[in-house]
Amino acid sequence: MVLKVFFPSCCSSAESGILIGRWIPEQSSAVILAVVHFPFIPVQVKQYLREVQQVTKVSVSVLGSWNNSKQEKEESLSEFLEDLGTIFSHEPWIQISKEGDSKFWNCSTLQKQPDNHREEEIILVYYDQRKVMLSHLHPPSDTADLGAEDASKLSAIFNTVASSKVLFMTDRYDDGPIKMTHWQSDGIEASIIVELMKQASVPACMLLTFLLSLVSGVCNSRVLKFWPLSFLWSKLSTCEQLGHRLQHLQVISSSKKAQNQTQLMRKANIFVSLLIDVALGILLMSWLYRKNQIGHLADTLIPVADHVAEELQDLLQWLMGAPAGLKMNRALDQVLGRFFLYHIHLWISYIHLMSPFIEMILWYVGLSACLGLTVALCILSDIIALLTFHIYCFYVYGARLYCLKIYGLSSLWRLFRGKKWNVLRQRVDSCSYDLDQLFIGTLLFTILLFLLPTTALYYLVFTLLCLLVVIVQGLIHLLVDLIDSLPLYSIILRFCRSYRLAAGVKFRVLEQQDGKPLRLLMQLHPCRHPSLVLPLSMGTGELKQESRKLVTQESMGTGEQKTGHSSVGKRKIQLLKKQCLYQPSVLWQCGADIQAADLQLLP
Amino acid sequence: MEERRYRSASGAPLALRCRQHSASCRELAVRCPRLQLRSLSAVTSAVWLAAYGLFVLCQNSMVLSAAIFLTLIGLIIYLHFVKIDQESLLVIGSLGIQVTSSYASGKESTTFIEMSQVKDVVINEAIHMQKVIYYLCILLQDPQDPQGVSEVVPLFQSSQPRLDCLIEVYKSCHEILDQRKAASQSDGVK
Repeated sequence: MVLKVFFPSCCSSAESGILIGRWIPEQSSAVILAVVHFPFIPVQVKQYLREVQQVTKVSVSVLGSWNNSKQEKEESLSEFLEDLGTIFSHEPWIQISKEGDSKFWNCSTLQKQPDNHREEEIILVYYDQRKVMLSHLHPPSDTADLGAEDASKLSAIFNTVASSKVLFMTDRYDDGPIKMTHWQSDGIEASIIVELMKQASVPACMLLTFLLSLVSGVCNSRVLKFWPLSFLWSKLSTCEQLGHRLQHLQVISSSKKAQNQTQLMRKANIFVSLLIDVALGILLMSWLYRKNQIGHLADTLIPVADHVAEELQDLLQWLMGAPAGLKMNRALDQVLGRFFLYHIHLWISYIHLMSPFIEMILWYVGLSACLGLTVALCILSDIIALLTFHIYCFYVYGARLYCLKIYGLSSLWRLFRGKKWNVLRQRVDSCSYDLDQLFIGTLLFTILLFLLPTTALYYLVFTLLCLLVVIVQGLIHLLVDLIDSLPLYSIILRFCRSYRLAAGVKFRVLEQQDGKPLRLLMQLHPCRHPSLVLPLSMGTGELKQESRKLVTQESMGTGEQKTGHSSVGKRKIQLLKKQCLYQPSVLWQCGADIQAADLQLLP
Repeated sequence: MEERRYRSASGAPLALRCRQHSASCRELAVRCPRLQLRSLSAVTSAVWLAAYGLFVLCQNSMVLSAAIFLTLIGLIIYLHFVKIDQESLLVIGSLGIQVTSSYASGKESTTFIEMSQVKDVVINEAIHMQKVIYYLCILLQDPQDPQGVSEVVPLFQSSQPRLDCLIEVYKSCHEILDQRKAASQSDGVK
């Protein structure tokens, strides 16, 4: 079989020495992790390798020799290197030699058993050790499974490099008995800021957990669970958003380390999203509180409410006349019209009553924008809902009236035909009515039928108005969900450090020379499809769906329908992930599915 | 390295370049016809004439600058995302198969399939409208079912070479893939 040697590009200019790494016999490939330089004592090298093997569970051993001769001589060195093969017995013993500045290296193997006389072809694959180590190309399910036969070959190699972190901790300034060259041998990479943040994060997390437990204790206390208050909390989207953010904070401040890559990315995404949210909220606050913007807003609020009320009154007058040329039943028209007009009058009086306090209320409510832009947007949506409460009331009246009418009509229609609805059997049965029952039933039926257009028109008009308000609220919620679930950290990582989100590898054939082994360069190829990034946003969207479900319905049983949407979306994502190479993925399809479940109108 | 001329399914001229890097590594590249100057100028003149007609109607010079802008943006998007210049297949005996498409703007999109996932490389027929076209595809192994195929990856989708070119590519690929089978059989015998 073809022998593959994975050589780190950082060791190309290293001094002569021996190669240590891992030999994978099933794939006939050697992953070289470092070069150990002369002088060394073989016993110490073996002991060091044993220690490393214990810690990393990777079977590291001496694989061969590396000869970097600057001049043309040193034949004795090559013989010495061959003799080393007898001290560190490894089958096959790989010898790589480089002459001067030549690009083409010699690579040969020494086989102990001369029975296989076939000419083995050798392929040299260069890889960037730093990028391979930092990328997480191994799938999360089999991180502990280094010896599995059906693990993909390349993931085994990535696993080997990633698990050998301990090997890369010694640099050339250490005073150990062994001098190595690898990607960190010029000095371990670390950032003071990152280290400081790691040290500071532990007490910060503990403090945050304590505060959050206090807050959630207050929220879950019995006082707030009485019927009017809990109903109010469930209707206000601000409370829901605050609960959602509280959940996020709990996820971030948990003291357990993230188990695998997806959890880490989720935590990072939530953290960045929270930061951006709070930053935007503070920006909004600074704009609101300067130059008396709150005063301006409060001043325009009352005239806007008055204007809306006047428009509604005009609309009702139009309906009470002959709207669009239709002829309404005058009496019912007048009754409904006057009833709604009276409501509007009441509403305007209440608004005018509250007008001196509006500015103060707005001022204090605007302070909560420092909790985040999403909270401010939710408050805006709630204010819109409160201001258009009368439209919602009209819709409810119109809908109830229409519903009653349709119910009555259908029941009397059945009477007209001589049938009845059998509640026990849930079907329509024939029934013989008395004459007076038939007479009154027919009369009522006729009355209801002729009053139908009027009620239907009122119902239609107010449903459309309510729909308009719901659409505006829906757009605001869409924006809030976008800010909540946009995986900003992944996007930034994709552009700045694309090797950390690598989706695959790319091989480039380097210059060849006859007689020398084939040279390939292995590069990491950043993920192009959002399928790698999307499951992270699905996670937060799912959480929100769950929290909405829990708040609106007390029992988990009635929430089955809604989870149907998110689980379908999740299954779709998993299918997409499997075939992510060849099928285009729709970016926000699943997010849109979840939004559609939210916009529900009353029956 | 040889280069031979073939035709695509729609009649456009293609060039197949076959390069042998080593005994078990081969690169096969199909070069598509370049962007024709006459089609480019035809589209540009059509768009600009339409914009001029609109300008004469509504006397707003923004229409003209919008048309120029749109033409430029459209051309850049076409070159970067749509027009494929060359599609190549790199078969490395024991590592895998790499499929690269390079676009006219220089962008390259690559996919690497490991050898353990590759079941076979075959030529399939497809009925498209009134034509029967042949395409080369890689069959991927289903990890659960050793006889099953989990996915079919079509190759050379935008250049669509005809059967003679595909047979050449098929033969080249199979020379290397059969080496792998021979090696695994001899290992099995041992």
